[in-house]
Amino acid sequence: MALNQKPHMAQHIRKLQMVDITKRFPGVLANDRVNLEVNEGEILALLGENGAGKSTLMKQLYGLYKPDGGTIKINDEAVEFHSPTDAINAGIGMIHQHFMLVSNLTVLENIALGLKSSRGPFLDLDVVRKKTMEICEKYKLIVNPDAYIWQLAVGEQQRVEIIKALYRGADLLILDEPTAVLTPQEVEEFFVILKKMAAANHSLIFISHKLHEVIEISDQIAVLRDGRSVSQERNVNLTKTDLAEKMVGRPVVLQYEKDSCPNIGLRLSIQDLCVNNDWDEERVSNFSLDVYGGEIVGLAGVSGNGQRELAQSLSGLRKPTQGKIMVNGKDLTYAGPYEHNLAGQSYIPEERNKEGIVKDFNISENFILEDHDKEPYSRHSFFNFPNITNKTQRAVDNFTVKTPNLNVMIKNLSGGNVQKLILARELERDPSVLIAAQPTRGVDIGASEYIHRRLLAQRCKGTATLLISEDLDEIRALSDRIAVIFEGRLMGVVDAAAVTTQQLGLMMAGIPRDEVKEQMGEAFAAIS
Amino acid sequence: MSIKAQRFINSIIDVIIPLLATVIALILGAFMLIAFGKNPAEAYAALISGAFGSSRALIQTTLKATPLLLVGIGICIAFRGGVTNIGGEGQIVVGALSSAAVALYVPIESRWVLIPLCFLAAIVAGGIWGGIPGILKARLGVNEILTTVMMNSIAVYLSNYLLRGPMIDPREIEMGTRASQTALLPENTFLTRLAPPTQLNTGSLLAVLLAVVVYIMMWKTTVGYRIRAVGLNPDASRYGGINVPVYQALAITLAGSLAGLAGAVEVLGVQHRVFENISASYGFNGIVAALFGNLHPLGTIPASFLFGGLMVGGNKLQRTVQVNSAFVDTLLGLVVLIVVAAKIVSVNRSKRRAKNA
Repeated sequence: MALNQKPHMAQHIRKLQMVDITKRFPGVLANDRVNLEVNEGEILALLGENGAGKSTLMKQLYGLYKPDGGTIKINDEAVEFHSPTDAINAGIGMIHQHFMLVSNLTVLENIALGLKSSRGPFLDLDVVRKKTMEICEKYKLIVNPDAYIWQLAVGEQQRVEIIKALYRGADLLILDEPTAVLTPQEVEEFFVILKKMAAANHSLIFISHKLHEVIEISDQIAVLRDGRSVSQERNVNLTKTDLAEKMVGRPVVLQYEKDSCPNIGLRLSIQDLCVNNDWDEERVSNFSLDVYGGEIVGLAGVSGNGQRELAQSLSGLRKPTQGKIMVNGKDLTYAGPYEHNLAGQSYIPEERNKEGIVKDFNISENFILEDHDKEPYSRHSFFNFPNITNKTQRAVDNFTVKTPNLNVMIKNLSGGNVQKLILARELERDPSVLIAAQPTRGVDIGASEYIHRRLLAQRCKGTATLLISEDLDEIRALSDRIAVIFEGRLMGVVDAAAVTTQQLGLMMAGIPRDEVKEQMGEAFAAIS
Repeated sequence: MSIKAQRFINSIIDVIIPLLATVIALILGAFMLIAFGKNPAEAYAALISGAFGSSRALIQTTLKATPLLLVGIGICIAFRGGVTNIGGEGQIVVGALSSAAVALYVPIESRWVLIPLCFLAAIVAGGIWGGIPGILKARLGVNEILTTVMMNSIAVYLSNYLLRGPMIDPREIEMGTRASQTALLPENTFLTRLAPPTQLNTGSLLAVLLAVVVYIMMWKTTVGYRIRAVGLNPDASRYGGINVPVYQALAITLAGSLAGLAGAVEVLGVQHRVFENISASYGFNGIVAALFGNLHPLGTIPASFLFGGLMVGGNKLQRTVQVNSAFVDTLLGLVVLIVVAAKIVSVNRSKRRAKNA
């Protein structure tokens, strides 16, 4: 095989096959005889739940792992990649979910990074510029080559990553969840780019778990489940329900019946709130929102628009610089997490492994994290272990957390089960206010469905829920009202039942509700 | 494999690793002995008989193990709380000085009042010595490793000043020898001997009792729960409503108090006076004993005994095969090094376990 050839000398990839790929990690069979095939000019979607083995499979294709069994074939010739360099030389490029860009270098400098310069140790940006402009022209990738990365929006940074890969002669591009960081409008632009690349005879492998995107963009869809190939077929007449069932292995509900619950009283009131991040930059600006008992208010927004800081200030983990937070009529603006708990508030944190659990504590110890100093868990500082065990066991049963027993360290549970336990802990207290930040991120569809049902059930018990999520489908499926945040400011609150994805997308891109309303006229569903 | 069987095997491995480390250190030591032209078999026979071979040896080992245990259970609290206490030496010194000061200068006759008062003074002094780095860490984020080491120096120079000046034995001045030590403590402050005429005293019982108390505190009460939570994941603890800096400071303060108590037990139980270098490296070796015991207060009991044995047996080894005293220190140093290395190995092991799960 042509491993030693120069990048531009590598033969064009007409067909890539992964045959019977098997990869074992101690105690886990991550890939079990997985097959995959992609031809030039095709977009292949690789679909699967978390832990289905998608990333493992792609890391083997990109030379990061060596397969324990099976072969990778390019144009019917077996190849072996010992490192990403081998893969790049063979014409394979990968766009990671987290971009590999240096933020205080320019676009051109980032593209040149790691390339061999024609002028020895000196930079030769003119050559890079010329070739970059050619690539931009060819695929209509619009980006300013002299801009610094930190000046670029996420969508633009993604384009830089694509240019980088194409510059290095990538014939086949692996895209790891590329749409997770984009607004709906950006996703559409991105799909145009993908189609252009496919038209130019590139092969694309698109990893995703968003079913509608997969159906919209791909020529073929391959589904993995539990490390095995379930299917690979042409994208004709496939429905979301079919795909979801293949991913999960059983029928899945994608739409929820929502009973109407009466709104009961103001529970959470946020007034003119300003919050800074760790570097004293204002990330939430004059944000006001009211949440009533018996409703779920979704907070939509592209990742990194102040949701994190807002959630932390609402749960007492971060002190606001200005404004007011009222929980059940009590001023908790500067209160800590303890007071928020006492006031009947629960919080499902965004980073469950960092903030939500103590990994080296067992299930019971994690279950009592917030209430360990209260009865019936302890009295006069001494724990009442029978009570703790009973309560935890009941919650574990109630919330179908899969665990052999309560003494298991929580780090041994899967992400979905950890999240269910956190949910159990936060909901068993029957909170009057619930802040749920990314409650189903990294959780498989089965567990997500369960978590969604629980949140809806809690809504009918009268809990006021603020659902912060980057998953627009989730927000739309659960919310009564949707608030949109952009650069820390509230773009407006709309009726979830009537608003369209396009309208939400405009607001997520920074256009206030009233301007969107002007553009849309009567078709827009604003709540006055 | 079932989770239970897995856990059982893992806990066996946790016990085996420090023992294995000791054996490896002894093997390395054997090569050094051969290089010195000594017979390693003879040397190690002396080591073992010196440590555990007779009732006298066992008593000596117990006496050495006592301060190691008291310091060690304090280290368990501090390390479990995510705070590194390198200040055991200084905490022992101030504990010893303050208990001796009470014993010498407080005019109370009843030993039932005076001895607890001595202990209390040591606990408070040690607590202050640990608490200052604790507060500096909690309030200002100052690295406690640096501050505890600095507190050691302060304690040593304070002790030098006191033992050469205000607290010096008046008889030393009369005789003009001016050895820097305090006067012999009044007899009513001596801890009760368990097997006269040996020095074995109630201090050892107190240490074992406290190990059990610390175990109960750490695993059966909310205070210990909070300390462990803070040590394992400060972010999640904050989220759970625990005041993280307070419990970090508390952990190292308790560690300081226990080390201070070790100083008092050494003075009231064994030495009956304070002299320079009273801490005799117990403050550092206690850390090793705690690591040996897997940072578990009950595990620290046999670990201290083992390590106390190495210290006592080392002396006999030195006398028997006539090696430089530095050899014994080197041997102990090797054990420490390998135990710490083994600790890292087993931490990595459990990380790998967690990752693969």
